[in-house]
Amino acid sequence: MFARLNEGKTFPVLLILTLLMVIWYGAAIKLNTPWQLDIYQRGDITEWTTTQFISDTLNQDRPVLPSAHQVFTEMWNTIVGKSITSKRSLVFHAWITLSATLLGFAIGTGLGILIAVGIIHNRAMDRSLMPWIVASQTIPILAVAPMIIVVLNAIGLSGLLPKALISTYLSFFPIVVGMVKGFRSPEQIQLDLMHTYSAGPMQTFFKLRWPSSVPYLFTSMKVAIAIALVGAIVGELPTGAVAGLGARLLSGSYYGQTVQIWSALFTAAALAAVLVMLVGLAEKLVIKRMGMAT
Amino acid sequence: MNSVVTAKNLSLTFETNDGPVHALSDVDLDVGEGEFVSFIGPSGCGKTTFLRVIADLEQPTGGAISVNGMTPAEARRKRAYGYVFQASALLPWRTVEKNVALPLEIVGMPKDEARERISRTLEMVELAGFEKKFPWQLSGGMQQRVSIARALAFDAQLLLMDEPFGALDEIVRDHLNEQLLKLWNRTNMTICFVTHSIPEAVYLSTKIVVMSPRPGRVIDIIDSPLPRERPLDIRETPEFLSVAHRVREGLRAGHSYEE
Repeated sequence: MFARLNEGKTFPVLLILTLLMVIWYGAAIKLNTPWQLDIYQRGDITEWTTTQFISDTLNQDRPVLPSAHQVFTEMWNTIVGKSITSKRSLVFHAWITLSATLLGFAIGTGLGILIAVGIIHNRAMDRSLMPWIVASQTIPILAVAPMIIVVLNAIGLSGLLPKALISTYLSFFPIVVGMVKGFRSPEQIQLDLMHTYSAGPMQTFFKLRWPSSVPYLFTSMKVAIAIALVGAIVGELPTGAVAGLGARLLSGSYYGQTVQIWSALFTAAALAAVLVMLVGLAEKLVIKRMGMAT
Repeated sequence: MNSVVTAKNLSLTFETNDGPVHALSDVDLDVGEGEFVSFIGPSGCGKTTFLRVIADLEQPTGGAISVNGMTPAEARRKRAYGYVFQASALLPWRTVEKNVALPLEIVGMPKDEARERISRTLEMVELAGFEKKFPWQLSGGMQQRVSIARALAFDAQLLLMDEPFGALDEIVRDHLNEQLLKLWNRTNMTICFVTHSIPEAVYLSTKIVVMSPRPGRVIDIIDSPLPRERPLDIRETPEFLSVAHRVREGLRAGHSYEE
């Protein structure tokens, strides 16, 4: 049985998980010890057993590093235990962030594809646009986000769209890079073939370049959707948003609610994982439908 | 006999960083209707370049060439030829029939007519029944036959083939050579065929053009004495061997064995 575990994926996964937990709990005890000693001192508790001490450090109200069970209990309570319309429900907050993510991702993907089409068909665009696009990504998004929100507010745009546009700002980049490569992926003899048919640029695009680029599209979309989520969260921070995972992070840090911060972080990570998986699933289906199964 | 391809003093020089490369130098050639012409020579002799000039994939820098009495560009726009590349260049997301349909879609042929063409050309290359297969489900030889069917789809009377069987093993190649001859006999097309295999060139051709590199030029043009009907074992006859010998002599005269 042990051999079978060793062969499959189960054993390595469990091993890594156990290691992570050991590190996590070790770090939690270590980091929370000073505060725990402080509490004992103030409460005039002079004697304690090791077991009690460890249990106390792992169950503080506002620990420096919350323990795993605290985070997961909080997540359980706020995801399953609350009505999804409640302001304390993580599902509610996650949905707010998710809607901005998806809108931003959709705009970013469309924009990225359009820019890539322009770049491959126009030499001037190829030469002039790419440096700007790369430069746009070197600017820290945290610095730009408030300005985007403020500027858009000034022209009367508020709510979902400004946040979504920050997601767009981040997510169009991998799409442009991936799709330029994808549109240029047909081999020279395939392009020659289209030339011998006297195919026009539109025909070459839709019959050759576009289908060739599909695998590239999905690879870039996997990157794009994950950073679109980051963009949406970042977009919630500077506005003092009252809802969304970013808002939970922000209010958590105002009030020292580390457990709340960590559970929002884990929810965001889980959400990103699910989104990337969904794109992967769509990729499998599309590639299979196109007949390019391997 | 009408000329299908006529080249006069045709030259093509590529400008590269290492100086000019004379891919073709003063090539004079006449390909008559219904002929099967092979171009043979070592790499760099311009055989592929010549085929690409006919197909309007390269622009000559000197001399004149006409295809069916037109410039190559006009001939291309009139769909006067089919081109088979070294690799099958099939689109992996299209089934066999959709791959053959590609050129017909591009010219906007009505669906019914296209369907009839596709089944006819697939029958010509003995691939009826494989319509719904994807390229990756076929062997290399079958993939190349699909690409031949695709080149035939326009019903053009000129077929340009650039080492179409170069990547296949000898057994498959023999079989496809036989099939190609049958196809040529049935359709009476004109075929220009680039190869670096002497037996292949001699077996297939009515005319063999021996070329040599630096600069790419024609060394010898051999009109084959072999009959049109050619079973595979014709390759052991004295006539066959004497033609093969002459080709080899031509290649040697072009110093193509020195490298």
